[in-house]
Amino acid sequence: METVPLEVAPSRAPLKDFGAALRRQPLMAIGLGIIVVLVLIAIFAPLIAPHPSDAGNVTHPTETLLSPGGGHLLGTDQLGRDVLTRVLYGARTSLLIVVVVLAISAAIGVPLGIVAGATGGWVDDVIMRITDIFLAFPALLLALALATVLSPSAEHAALAIAVTWWPWYARLARGSALAIAQRGYVEAARALGVPKWKVLARHVLPNALPPTIVQLSLDAAGIMLTAAALSFLGLGAQDPTPEWGLMVNQGQGLLETNWWVAIVPGVAIIVAAVGFNLLGDGLRTLLDPKAGRRR
Amino acid sequence: MIAVRDLEVAFGDRVVARVPSLELAGGEIVGLAGESGSGKSQTALAVLGLSRSLGARVSGSITLDGEELLDASEARWRELRGRRIAMVMQSPRGSLNPTLRLGRFFLRTLALHGIEGADAEARMRAALADVSLTDDLLGRYPHQVSGGQAQRFAIALAVALRADVLLCDEPTSALDVTVQAQVVALLKRLREEHGTAMLFISHDLAVIGDLADRVVVMRDGAVVEAGATSEVLHTPGDAYTRALLDAVPVIGQRRIA
Repeated sequence: METVPLEVAPSRAPLKDFGAALRRQPLMAIGLGIIVVLVLIAIFAPLIAPHPSDAGNVTHPTETLLSPGGGHLLGTDQLGRDVLTRVLYGARTSLLIVVVVLAISAAIGVPLGIVAGATGGWVDDVIMRITDIFLAFPALLLALALATVLSPSAEHAALAIAVTWWPWYARLARGSALAIAQRGYVEAARALGVPKWKVLARHVLPNALPPTIVQLSLDAAGIMLTAAALSFLGLGAQDPTPEWGLMVNQGQGLLETNWWVAIVPGVAIIVAAVGFNLLGDGLRTLLDPKAGRRR
Repeated sequence: MIAVRDLEVAFGDRVVARVPSLELAGGEIVGLAGESGSGKSQTALAVLGLSRSLGARVSGSITLDGEELLDASEARWRELRGRRIAMVMQSPRGSLNPTLRLGRFFLRTLALHGIEGADAEARMRAALADVSLTDDLLGRYPHQVSGGQAQRFAIALAVALRADVLLCDEPTSALDVTVQAQVVALLKRLREEHGTAMLFISHDLAVIGDLADRVVVMRDGAVVEAGATSEVLHTPGDAYTRALLDAVPVIGQRRIA
């Protein structure tokens, strides 16, 4: 009832909000922690890696396949390179691919989807049929074909994945925009004289973003795995670039005798994937402005 | 101030609103009554120039102070919307962007119409005081305010923009009775103090009877009756108006079905 003063949360500082959200969601804090550590590793790899030169084009014929321990905490691979060093450097390659793919596919997909959903009509039809064409191909297959054509490398793998990835964001953003365009505040914005593009940018986009951002962070894991799969198949990063999928590939024949060559990068992939997933789930709750009330 | 002539709004072959004549002078409140789907809201949207973007065909004439608006450019319409002709929507909180704090929303809307800086700040505070809202509301998100507060906020926006014409589309329907009374009182005061003209759309004839100088009754997209409020409500000439009137509950009267 109106006559009773409504109990509402006082306006809060965004940073304080974030701290409180982390406390409410310990799993998200763990995910965030993993990703932060991963980013720090990627940045400071040259400083923390025990044998930085092993990330490059070197071989140590006398130190091949050493067991974990001693001078090589996680052993060496068949070329005598320190596995720990290469896994730490591998964070660079993997994160870079993830960031590049996410940036490209979101930058293409989200605007297209929002315009399609909020405009409707033939614009919607044209944009969605184009995305349908891209979605008609199995993603990994299309990426494989592209990576083959472009000559295998980490950059081309990222490009190939982005081409197969953006249609999903276009669809997601279109669905959100479609629902949001019907909301009262979009009509109200127009009734207040807000130009069409501003309605899209300020009223439709921000409200369509939460599901997109959640999807981005959830997809980060999938992209990393796809990149690893491409490398594993020999179409992604090439030796000597340290990349986790490539390292698993190189170690697979040695699983029975020298497990660490494949298992250590494999564990790195799993930990990073879990980190992105936990973060994504937490973000979903955090970015919903009404989430605080529901809990 | 606003004059509507032979207005016709149609989707495809279906005419959803046909208004032969509707005039609104400064300080005048005209009630627009009728059931859902009778064309009340379509009429209001046409007066705001929003029908065409929804895919409707509009013909006839809408003038504001003599200026023909039906063929006006989208840029001209944008200048008028909010600034000259403001709208208060049915769902008060649904009309506010959930990602924007109210204060930010308010200032952005003013900035859109060229009112910025200290002037905007001053106008905002004055308008809020006008509708008896406190400043602490400005830091809140729409879901953190009540429906009545949101509706008064929407009216404050129109006050700050100094809109001459206020289109109220069922502004009290989503509110409970005590809050309804507050909003109606606020609209009356707005008319007294600022001379704002209002088109008050409602299916609630009791509220219209309390507020409006003249009433237009619509059904199935057509105007079935129009005239001074007291005449239409006390000696309804149309069977439909009588049916609407019969639907108004009277306190103390026991209804036996």
